Amino acid sequence: MNKVYNRIESIIGNVITVKAVDVRYNELAQITTRFGKSLAQVNKIDGDTVSLQVFAGGQGVSTGDEVRFLGHEMRVSFSDDLLGRIFNGSGEPRDKGPALTENMKPIGGPSVNPTKRILAQRMMRTNIPMIDMFNTLVVSQKLPIFSISGEPYNQLLARIAMQADADVIVLGGMGLKYDDFLYFKDELSRGGALSKTVMFIHTAADPTVECMMIPDMVLAVAEQFALQNKDVLVLLTDMTNFADAMKEIAITQEQVPSNRGYPGDLYSQLASRYEKAVDFADSGSVTVLAVTTMPGDDVTHPVPDNTGYITEGQYYLKGGHIEPFGSLSRLKQNVNGKTRKDHRALMDAMIRLYSAYKDTLEKKNMGFSMSRWDEKLLKYGQLFENKLMDLSVNLTLEEALDLGWQILAECFEKQETGIKSDLTDEFWPVK
Amino acid sequence: MAECIGKVVGINGNMVSAQFEGDVSLNEICYVSADGTKLKSEVIRIRGNVAQIQVYEMTGGIKCGDPVEFTGEMLSAELGPGLLGQIYDGLQNPLPLLAEQAGWFLERGVYVDGLNAEKKWEFTPTAHVGDTLRAGEYIGTVPEGSFTHKIFIPFYLQGNYTLRHIAEKGEYTIKETVAVITDERGRETEISMSFKWPVKRAIKCYSERLAPVETMETKVRLVDSFFPVAKGGTYCTPGPFGAGKTVLQHTTSKYADIDIVIIAACGERAGEVVETLTEFPELTDPKTGRSLMERTIIICNTSSMPVASREASVYTSVTLAEYYRQMGLNVLLLADSTSRWAQALREMSGRLEEIPGEEAFPAYLESYIAAFYERAGYVRLPDGTTGSVTIGGTVSPAGGNFEEPVTQATLKVVGAFHGLSRERSDARKYPAIDPLISWSKYNGVIDPAKSAFCKEILTHGNEIGSMMKVVGEEGTSLADYIIYLKEEMLDAVYLQQNSFDSVDANCGTARQRYVIDKLVCVLGSDYDLGDKDEARSFFNSMRQEFIDWNYTEFLSDDFKKAEAEIDALYNRGGGKMSSAAEALLKDGELR
Repeated sequence: MNKVYNRIESIIGNVITVKAVDVRYNELAQITTRFGKSLAQVNKIDGDTVSLQVFAGGQGVSTGDEVRFLGHEMRVSFSDDLLGRIFNGSGEPRDKGPALTENMKPIGGPSVNPTKRILAQRMMRTNIPMIDMFNTLVVSQKLPIFSISGEPYNQLLARIAMQADADVIVLGGMGLKYDDFLYFKDELSRGGALSKTVMFIHTAADPTVECMMIPDMVLAVAEQFALQNKDVLVLLTDMTNFADAMKEIAITQEQVPSNRGYPGDLYSQLASRYEKAVDFADSGSVTVLAVTTMPGDDVTHPVPDNTGYITEGQYYLKGGHIEPFGSLSRLKQNVNGKTRKDHRALMDAMIRLYSAYKDTLEKKNMGFSMSRWDEKLLKYGQLFENKLMDLSVNLTLEEALDLGWQILAECFEKQETGIKSDLTDEFWPVK
Repeated sequence: MAECIGKVVGINGNMVSAQFEGDVSLNEICYVSADGTKLKSEVIRIRGNVAQIQVYEMTGGIKCGDPVEFTGEMLSAELGPGLLGQIYDGLQNPLPLLAEQAGWFLERGVYVDGLNAEKKWEFTPTAHVGDTLRAGEYIGTVPEGSFTHKIFIPFYLQGNYTLRHIAEKGEYTIKETVAVITDERGRETEISMSFKWPVKRAIKCYSERLAPVETMETKVRLVDSFFPVAKGGTYCTPGPFGAGKTVLQHTTSKYADIDIVIIAACGERAGEVVETLTEFPELTDPKTGRSLMERTIIICNTSSMPVASREASVYTSVTLAEYYRQMGLNVLLLADSTSRWAQALREMSGRLEEIPGEEAFPAYLESYIAAFYERAGYVRLPDGTTGSVTIGGTVSPAGGNFEEPVTQATLKVVGAFHGLSRERSDARKYPAIDPLISWSKYNGVIDPAKSAFCKEILTHGNEIGSMMKVVGEEGTSLADYIIYLKEEMLDAVYLQQNSFDSVDANCGTARQRYVIDKLVCVLGSDYDLGDKDEARSFFNSMRQEFIDWNYTEFLSDDFKKAEAEIDALYNRGGGKMSSAAEALLKDGELR
C-alpha cells in the first residue's frame, strides 16, 4: 500500500517537506513534477513533518506535486546482467539497455564483522610499474589517488580498469565531466574490459543528490559480487565531489558546519564507504581505488586529510606521474616479500638512487658543477622517468623488475647500487 | 525504577526523539523497536516529556509511533571472569559470537552477553563467614589464564556488610550465588561472580590515589629514556596520518612491561584490528610465556560501525581497565584514536543543535577529555596492594596541526606528550616521535642528567643542521659540524628503532642504561679528526657499529664482540672524554 500526498509544505534547495504519517526513516518516495518522475529519500522526521531530499533537485517542484512513498529504502538490482551496463545515481540505465528490477538489494548496508575479515596478503596486479613494483596494491586495500585538477587521474583509472587482474570492475563517477564519461566508455569498450565492468555515473550536469548515491550503489554491487567469490576492484572518481555534495545538502538543512563548511560527520561518512573494502574469509574481496582531488594541492584540506586517516596509504599523482616519494601503500610489505626475491631490494635501491638524482638535479639547477657520479645519476633519473614512471607503460611486475636491472646496469657499476652482492650476481644483466 | 514506555516522535540521523510518560533518567538505556528489531539506545537529553536518544545502530526504517522501552539502567559493562582474550564491540558484544549468529555482517539489533554464562570457574573462597566487608573487597578468587581473578563485593553496594554464607571451593558459573551478605539492617544480598557497572562512572573502590612514580617500560628507547610514561600515568600521541601512531601503539601493546593490555580501536581501520587478531594469538607474553592474547582485551569499534557506540567504546574499555586494576594489576589502556571519539561527540552535539565551540566541537569537549584521562591512576587498594591504569591515547589532528581543540584539550591533562612529526615519518624514522617538541613529567629509566646531556646534543645539533641549510657545509666550523654529526648519530642509533626486529624492538631498561653510558662516552668525547670528510666517515662507521650492536642479544657473545668493535674504533679515533661526560659517568659501570 503506497501512501500518496499532494501537498508539499516547503521547498528549500533540494529538500522538500511534507506532512505525512507512518513514514520510515531513509524510506524512498517518488515525486511527480512537471519534468517527470524523480526519487526522493527521507532524511529527517520531526513529528508529522517529513523532510526528503529530491534526487532530481528542487528545481521546478511545485507545492501541489504528488509525493508517493514507496515503503522501502534505496535498493539496487543485482545479477550478472549488470556487467557491461551503465547506470545513474538512481539506478536507472544510462545506456540504451533495459531497466533492471530483479533481485533488489539494499544499499549502504551494515559493516562487516571484523572477525570475518582476513589479513590482506594477495597482490593485485595492475601492470603499472609504479604501482606493482614500488607501491604494490593489495587485494582488499583502500587507497586514494591524491591529485590536483588537471592531472590525468581518469586516464590512470581507465588504464587500471583495463589492466588490473580483477574479476569484476565497478566504476563510480561523481561529478564527472561528460567528456570524461565518454572517455571511460570508449576506452573500456576499446580495451575489451567493458564486459566485466559495471558503471554508475553521475555527471556534473546531473542533480547533486544523485552524486551522493553513487558510492553506496557501487559498493553494494561490489559487495554482492564479492560474496559470490569474485575479486572486485572498485574505482571511484572523484570523492571530493561526493564530499562537496554532502556539504551542499548539510548546509541546505542548516546543519552546523565544522571545517571549511563540511559537515561534522565527514570522517564517518567517508569511512563507512572506504571500510567496505574487505577480504572475506573464504569468499571474494573488494578493493577500492578512489580519486580525491586536492583543492589547491593542499593535502591538509578536510577531504584528503580525513581520507588519509581512513585509507591504507595513498598514491600521489603529480606532473603526470605517480610520485614515488609521497605515495605509500601501507600493505605492500604484506606481499612484496613473496613476489620475487629481488623485488624489495631493487625497489629500495631504485628509490634511493632516484632521490639522489633529485638532489643532484637541484644542485645542477643552482649552477654547481657536476661530478662523474652526478652525471650518472642524471642519466639514471631520465631513464627511470621515461621507462618506468610514464603512465602509459604497461609491463608485468617481472618485466618491470628486469627493466629496472637493465636501467641500473646502463648507468652504474654493481657496487654503486648498494644492493647485496648475492642479488647483483644473480640478476645483473650481462652486457 | 519502574519501566517506562514511550513512542518515537522524530528522527534525525542516529538521534531519535521519543515522547514518554513516567520517569526517565539521563544516560538511561532504552530500546527502539523498528519492525520488531529492538535497537539499543541511550537517553542524552530530556526536555519536558520528550527524551532525545542516540541509537547505537543505523536508524533506517524507524518511523514515528514506534515504541520505545526504557530500561531504567545506565549503559553498563558486565564484569567478571572471562573478559581476557575477548574481542568486543563498543557495547561489549563479543564479535566472534555475533559472527556465529549474524554471519558476515554486523546486523543491527543482535546483542550477546559479554561473558559466557555457562562456563564454570574454579572458585576458592578467601573470606570467612562473619567478616565485615565493603564494596571493592574480595571474597574469593578464580584462576583466569595466568592471573588470579578476584571476586568482589559489587562496587555499587554502599556501607558495611557482613558475610553470612560463602560457597565452598568448587566450580561455579558466573551467575550462581557464591556468597550471601547482609547489610547493617540485616537485609540479604546474594553475590555471584559477575555484576554490572555503569561505564560512564569511574570505579572508586580504593583507599587512596598515589602519585605515579614508577616508570612503565615500553621498550621503546626514545620513550623510556627521554619521554617516559609512568604506571598510572597518562600520555598522548598526536600525529598526522601515516606518521605511525598505530604501529607505535601496536609495538607498545606487545612489549610493554604491564600485566594487562586493553586495546580500544575507536573509529579506526578494521584492517588494523584484523592484524592484531591474527598476530597476537601467535605471540608469547615475555612475562608469562603464554599467548599474548591471554593478557589482552580488544574493544573494537571501527570507523564504519555506528558512531554512538564509538562514544561508548572508550568508556567500556576504561571500565574494564579499572576492574582489573582492582585486583592489584597494572593495566595499560591504549585508545586509538581519541579524535574519533571527540568527533562522535561533535556529531551528536550537532544533531542536538547545541551552540558549537571551536571547529564545531561541543563546549564540554575539554571536560569530557579531562574526565576520561582522570580515570587513569595509581591506587592503593583496600587490601593494601597497589594497582594502576595507564592511559595512552592517540590523537589524529586535522591536517596534522596540533593547534586544534582535541590535541590542545588533551595536552592540558596528560603527563607525557609524544608528538609525531611528518618530517620524521617521511624520512622513515621510526618511531617518528619528535624529540624537540615532546615532553614528559614522569621519571625515566636513565639518569635525568644523562638524558638532559643527550637532549642538549639533539637541540644543538638540530640548530646547526638548520643553519647549515642556509650557509652550506663550507660555512660551518668543524667543531659545529662534529656536533651535527653526533646529533645525527644519536638519532640513528638510539632514537630510532626497528619495530620489525624482535631484538631491537624490545630494548629493556638494563640495556638502555648500558647503551646510554656508552653513548655519553662516545658523544661526550673529542677526537683527532682533521677535516669534515674524516669526521663524517668516522661517525658513519661509529653509527654502523652501534646499529649492528643494537641487533645483538643483550650481554650475548655477539653483543660483547660488537661492543669491543666500538671501543676499538673509539680508540682509533683518539677519543678523549670531556670533563662533563666524565662527571656524568663517574659512578657508572664504564671505565
